[in-house]
Parts: sequence; C-alpha cells; structure tokens
Amino acid sequence: MKCVVAGGNVKVLGKAVHSLSRIGDELYLEPLEDGLSLRTVNSSRSAYACFLFAPLFFQLYQVATPGQDTLRCKILMKSFLSVFRSLVMLEKTVEKCCISMNGRSSRLVVQLHCKYGVRKTHNLSFQDCESLQAVFDPASCPYVLRAAAKVLGEAVLPFPLALAEVTLGIGRGRRVILRSYQEEETDSTIKAMVTEMSIGEEDFQQLQAQEGVAITFCLKEFRGLLSFAESANLSLSIHFDAPGRPAIFAIKDSLLDGHFVLATLSEPSPNSQDLCSPELRQPAPQLQAHSTPNLDDFANDDIDSYMIAMETTVGSESSRTLPPISLSPDFQPPCNSEEEDEAEPELSTVPGTPPPKKFRSLFFGSILAPAHSPLGPSPVLAEDSEGEG
Amino acid sequence: MKFRAKIVDAACLNHFTRVSCMVAKLARACTLRIRPHKLNFILPDTAAGGGVSMWCELPQENFFSEFQMEGVSQENNEIYVELTTENLSRALRTAQNARALKVKLTNRHFPCLTVSIELVSVSSSSRMVTHDIPIKVIPRKLWKNLQEPTVPDCDVSIYLPVLKTMKSVVEKMKNISNHLIIEANLNGDLNLKIESELVCVTTHFKDLGNPPSASEGVSQDRSPAEMAEVHVDIRKFLQFLAGQQVNPTKGVCNVVSHKMVHFDLLHEDVSLQYFIPALS
Repeated sequence: MKCVVAGGNVKVLGKAVHSLSRIGDELYLEPLEDGLSLRTVNSSRSAYACFLFAPLFFQLYQVATPGQDTLRCKILMKSFLSVFRSLVMLEKTVEKCCISMNGRSSRLVVQLHCKYGVRKTHNLSFQDCESLQAVFDPASCPYVLRAAAKVLGEAVLPFPLALAEVTLGIGRGRRVILRSYQEEETDSTIKAMVTEMSIGEEDFQQLQAQEGVAITFCLKEFRGLLSFAESANLSLSIHFDAPGRPAIFAIKDSLLDGHFVLATLSEPSPNSQDLCSPELRQPAPQLQAHSTPNLDDFANDDIDSYMIAMETTVGSESSRTLPPISLSPDFQPPCNSEEEDEAEPELSTVPGTPPPKKFRSLFFGSILAPAHSPLGPSPVLAEDSEGEG
Repeated sequence: MKFRAKIVDAACLNHFTRVSCMVAKLARACTLRIRPHKLNFILPDTAAGGGVSMWCELPQENFFSEFQMEGVSQENNEIYVELTTENLSRALRTAQNARALKVKLTNRHFPCLTVSIELVSVSSSSRMVTHDIPIKVIPRKLWKNLQEPTVPDCDVSIYLPVLKTMKSVVEKMKNISNHLIIEANLNGDLNLKIESELVCVTTHFKDLGNPPSASEGVSQDRSPAEMAEVHVDIRKFLQFLAGQQVNPTKGVCNVVSHKMVHFDLLHEDVSLQYFIPALS
C-alpha cells in the first residue's frame, strides 16, 4: 500500500487522527478499493469510529504494489498520533505526507515532506490484523437529526469538559434538547449543576423524530467527531433509535466520510423521562414569548412553581430527589427482538471489562469467514500473534 | 420564598459575570444573600477556611432590569443560599452575547438557582441554555453567622498600589517562603517582606497615601513612620490578588498589628471586603 497526501489534506488527515484518538488506543489501517479506511474501537467496545478517505483525497493512492497482497494493519494510536500531533506544524510546514506499508518488515512508514527539503520519516511497527468492522446501518434507524457542525458545536459548548454523558432528545415544540446526564449515585447530597441547551427546529437541516424520544451517549467521543466536522465545515447527522441501541454519527463529503457509532444508555435516563414532563415543556412557552418581541414571559412565569419552602427543603431534600436507578449489570431485554437479532446476533461483553455504566457493548463482526471468528466470549477479532517484526 | 431577576443589558451582564468570576477565584463555595435592594456574596470566617472571610456587595438596581423577591417573612425579607461559585461563574460564562439572562429560585429535582440564558443564534431562532445550580437554603438560625463583618480599629490604613504589580511580586516570593509580612505606616509606605534562613526579601511601595484617618479610626497619636506589621499566609494573600482581574476603582489596605489585614476594594459599584487573619 502506498499513498500520498498533499497540501491542506495533510491537516484534514491529522484532524481525523485526533478525533479517532479520543476513542481507541489502537488504529486499524486498511487500504480498500474505495479508499483508505482508518478505524478504531474503544476498550469497552462501546464506541467505534471510522473514516474513509476516497482515492481522490490522495495525490497518489495504490492499494497494493504489484505482486503484493493487500495488507491491513493495526498500530498503536499513540505512535500514529505523534506523527500528526501538532496541527499547526502540519499546516505550516508539511507539504506532503507519504504513507506506505511494508509487509516484509511489518513497518508502516510515514514520511512528512516539509519545507526547505526537510523530510521526517516515522517507522511504525504494526501487527497484521483482521478487519475491524462494526455492524451498523444508519438507514435502519428511525430517527435522524442533521445540522451544521457549527450549530452542534455551539450546542455542546456550555457543557463542562469533565461531563461524561449528555442526553439528546426532542422536547416540546420540536425543540432539540441537550442536557447533562447525571448519574443518580447513592450520595445525593452532592449535586452537580445540570445544564440544558434547547435549540429551535429551524437550526436543523433535518429533524426526523417525534417529541419525547431521547438517547444518552458519551460526550467526549461526540466532541471528537464534532471538532473534525467543524473544521471541515460539514453537516453532521445523528441516526438513532430507542435507548440502548447504538447511535450513529455521520459526516460525508465528496472525498471522505466518517462514522462514529456510540453506545447509548439502555435504561431511559431520569432526564429523558422528563422530556414530556413540565420541566422540558418549559422552553415551549418561552419560545412563544420570544417570538413575539414585546411580550415578556417574565410576567407569565408561573411563580408558584419556583417557591421553595425553606425550613422543610433542607430537611426533606433527599425525599425530593428521584429514586435511584438500579444499576443492573444485565442488559435489558431488547424491546423488539427481531430487529435486535438481525443486527446484533452475539450481544456480549468483553470479558474482564464490564461495560462502563449502563452502556451496552456494540457488536463488531468480522468480515472474514465466520470460521475464523472466535466463538469465545469475545465477539471481536482474532488477534495476531504477539510478534512485532 | 421567591426570587427572580433579569438582566438584559450587555454591559450589566458582563459586569455581573466579572463579579461572579472574581468571587469564584476567592472562594470555592459561598453564600448568596438576596435582599430587595442588594445582593451579597459572603464567605464567612470559619476554621475550615483558615479564618479568611469575604464580603461582596452589589446594588441590585445597577445590574437587573427586573428584580422580584420575597423573603422568608415580612420582617425577614431576605434569602440566604449556599452555592458552589464555580457553577455560577461557569453558567454566566456561557452568557456572552446573550440577549437576556434570568436568575430564579426553583425546586425541580432539588433546590436550585436556575440561570436561563437566551442566546443569539446564527438564524433568527431562539436558543436557550439553562443551568440548574444546586443550592442549599440556609435556615434562619444560621443567619447570624453571615452578617457583615465589623472592621476592627486598624493601626494603619493605606491605599493599595496596582494589584497586578503586587501579584507578580508576591508570586515570586511564594517560591521562597510561606510567610508574608505586610508592613505599612502613615507616611504612605507599604512593604511586602519574606524572611527565610538564607534570605530576606523586601519590596517597598512608596507614596501610596493614607485615607483620611478620622473615618478609619486610626489612632492619632501614632508616629507617621512607625510600621504596623502583620504576618499572613502568602497563599491566601495571593489568592486574593489572583481574584482581581481588573484594578479596582479604589483599594484600601487596613492593617491591625499582629491580628489581621483587611482589604476594602471598590469596583465601580461593587464593593469587596476581604479579611486575612494573622498567623499566630
């Protein structure tokens, strides 16, 4: 395999590596006829990401050198990321980037051709591996949201970086709601701030979901794809289904496409349950008020609902909080088993790594013959021998 | 108990955001006291806080276009809530370029100070962010600990130099010693001093001026050159300096020899008092 990336595309490639690095520790590189694919999966198999760069993205793209088999390989994300670490450097000094795979020496060679004839060569050792492929189909998801990455980027901006998950849902008046997800832990005395963002339907290019649907997913991975999509000024579409089913985040343009598949919380979150409760209805009257400029909703607020009985509040604080959610290690039975069976025939967790929180693991099938797939507890991939050549 | 208020003016909003950032730098958690005409951010003097206390006061009218509150009762028309300052400042930081901001007391899942922000978006559509800041309502029996601290009769009162300069000096000193000696006299001299086994470093500020003594209760019979000194924890002093992003309109330092140092700052219409106790 040999390919050459030139000019501004080097930075695009670098950005893609940066967003992949938010997910997994290993990068799967696979040259395909329809482009070079970069994929990764996180350690608990609850998030998968892939970018496919079309042959036109490259100045030169050769899947296999004549007389050689097509190779695919797995390398450490850290080492590949270090090549593209500084995006400023990529933009300012790198003119061309050549990536070639050498099967005999098991080396992935990345050469950066910089200004003034400087050439940086990185020899990264790799392992052969099977193809990493998550089974997902955006078309099978009933709900679709699509918006400019900038809109979604602004929407996640108010959330703290340390926040693990957000709930995305459709509230009253078809407003799209993002809310920080709070785990209901035993210690209910320490409450974190709950932030909620509500965006009008008009900001979305597509909104195919009814009021009340909601999913909860990891924010960090989503931010990774968002920052890529924002820098490339693309739209991002979110395909999702019932809670617990994977959500697919997709971007596409003529030279590349990217898909992030993230697990969603299988239990309806306490937050999402509220999507139809008075709490989330609130934006709707406000929306009406804002659209009529001179009418101030301030006077229309139902002040009684903001009353706090003082001495009692302190005492009965815990009784007001929501009942704790049971953290069952078992997955909930799928709601519609037929579809479930089709898409995820071998739902299982990776041994030794219980799924964090209530996320279910995604199933990643191998596109190789099923006989090569291990039938053991790991549904994933037959790993190659330890050898590092 | 009810409270809601609204800010529509961008300058007021920025000013309020600055105040909340300043408070967040000075204290991790603080008490917000709401009265019909004034708001206070209070850090009471506790052993856990190392005896540092803060009293920040702002007139409500200069910030809010609408302000409604109803205290515990007619006679006690006040509300005291405790909150994490970081939450408030983070909530307000998302309000840059906001069209309007509303603050109100709510009780959704738990008692909160809800900050709702109406943002300006690219399209004409409205975009709303709400932050539910968890609060703890403070019962009336604890109010007595949260009253305005009385300023003790000080030995020397002196105007402060530019805080940024002080900050850079104290930052360097911190590397050498944990103890800072603040000295001032009625001639307008202020010294910041550290002493270790190996070195003694003093920074002298001159001709700072002293506020008119009568109001400050400075003893008249004190010789102008005599220094009043106080030893403080350098980190506490630095924390105070780091919280001041803009130089105050007016800044006064009151030294009570070997007892405490009191800073009285005025940022436009916001007053801040900060007390650091002397090290024993």
